[in-house]
Amino acid sequence: MSRGTRKSCGACCTKIVRLGVELGGRRILEEVSLHLHCGQLTAVVGPNGAGKTTLLRAILGEVPYTGHIHFLDSGKQRRDRPTIGYVPQKMEFDATAPLSVLDLFTQALRLRPAWLGWDRDLLETATRSLAEVEAGHLLRRRLGQLSGGELQRVMLALAITPIPDLMLLDEPVSGVDQSGIEVFYRMVSGLRERHHLSVILVSHDLHQAAKYADQVVFLNRRVLVQGKTSQALANPLLRQAFGYGPELLAAAASRRAVEIDSKTCLACHLEEK
Amino acid sequence: MPGDGVLGLAAWEWLQYGFMRQALLAVVLLSWLFGLAGSMVVNARMAFFSDAIGHAALTGIAIGSLLGLGNPLWAMLLFSIFLALAIVWVRRVAAASIDTVIALFMALAVAWGVMILSRGGGFNKYTRYLIGDILGISPQDLLGLAILALAATAVFYVTYNRIALTGFNSSWARSRGLKVGLWQGLFAAMVAAIVTVSIQWVGVLVVNSMLILPAAAARNLAADVRAYVWLTVALSLISGVVGLIASYYWATASGATIVIVAMGFFLLSLICKRR
Repeated sequence: MSRGTRKSCGACCTKIVRLGVELGGRRILEEVSLHLHCGQLTAVVGPNGAGKTTLLRAILGEVPYTGHIHFLDSGKQRRDRPTIGYVPQKMEFDATAPLSVLDLFTQALRLRPAWLGWDRDLLETATRSLAEVEAGHLLRRRLGQLSGGELQRVMLALAITPIPDLMLLDEPVSGVDQSGIEVFYRMVSGLRERHHLSVILVSHDLHQAAKYADQVVFLNRRVLVQGKTSQALANPLLRQAFGYGPELLAAAASRRAVEIDSKTCLACHLEEK
Repeated sequence: MPGDGVLGLAAWEWLQYGFMRQALLAVVLLSWLFGLAGSMVVNARMAFFSDAIGHAALTGIAIGSLLGLGNPLWAMLLFSIFLALAIVWVRRVAAASIDTVIALFMALAVAWGVMILSRGGGFNKYTRYLIGDILGISPQDLLGLAILALAATAVFYVTYNRIALTGFNSSWARSRGLKVGLWQGLFAAMVAAIVTVSIQWVGVLVVNSMLILPAAAARNLAADVRAYVWLTVALSLISGVVGLIASYYWATASGATIVIVAMGFFLLSLICKRR
């Protein structure tokens, strides 16, 4: 189960082409086309029931869909099974379970059962990943003792072990207090820059998401608005749905968003031809 | 034992009988298996599942008797593995709550089994399956049990981390590239096999308690996986051996006596529960 680390380079991309999902006779998503580069954080916003979580489940391969999802890595290789780093919504798990943070790393990365202990390599990997989210002190703690914010940071550390092709964050701060939310997003933002991660952040809170997103997608069954954060925020549809003032626009405009030079994006360049 | 008084010798009296020595060996093997499997079953919230598998053994016996088999073990095994895989599959596709699904399967299997076995008032000859008899285990049975123990240990080695991750959060486990259904199926089939094979020795009525109680007690005390699994195995072994010896002196059914000892440990664990 252990997978080696692969350096991400900023030149790979995820392309979703005309994705449609129908569940129980209801159309949840239709004609969704998105293009994500690594190094970019894409915020997917929309009302409850807009199909945001369904979009993630389609990418995870949990629901059947029509259309295509392509993953292209820097070697211009099509990959059907990319490495995905997933941080679910407020984790539902048995808080009384005898399970430490180190156990969870062992179970996720090793075949050898966690009750036989761990090797030095694993201990180093876990320590390094936790240090990236300032959670090194949580290594031996029991999972059920962690606060909402600590738990999500541990899940974030697991999501970057190994470095994923695509990181999916599904309302990752719903169980986290206000100060924890800031910390969490700052860390996601830092990780994205350090590891050139391609990140999809699903959120109902545009105000929070817009502070860190390079690209905003407004989803309500179909893609209503898609573009660079500052452009998307200027769109009346988005403004009408979320009702924000000019200060959010100003904040987005003043922040330097990660932009992808289409020449460095070899993979999608190739695909587009 | 040199230096032992009359009382000390009396305490070891049961060991002079071959059937007790064989039963002891069987209990040690079963405790190891039940400890390991139990810790995983409780992790995966499958306690009700293993209970259903135990009860469904009655249907396996019924099928065996319909086919005219002298020893219904193979019919029981095949039926319980089939049922286990069916439950795992329905769990994946059905929208109904898994508790309800298992209860339905169990009701059907038990009712059907009892109907067939009781036809013409002949159920009495099957009551031994309800209570089990570990003192009657033969050397051949022991050899079979040892082989099963090896195979099951191998399966539990390979599936432990995967089942634990799936029990923790199955979407998340799947996102890490885990083939959740495959490992759940393999694990469920192995649990079904050891529960079914054990029934002739410990009985339908208590087999699930032997599986669940040590793990439930260890869960109250342990803070990480290593402590949890080894404590489960230790409690399972101690309950097994103490229960077997007690059942010899009290002339009671071994399976039930083992469960009472395990229950004692569970109550103790509630008292010294970690906060």
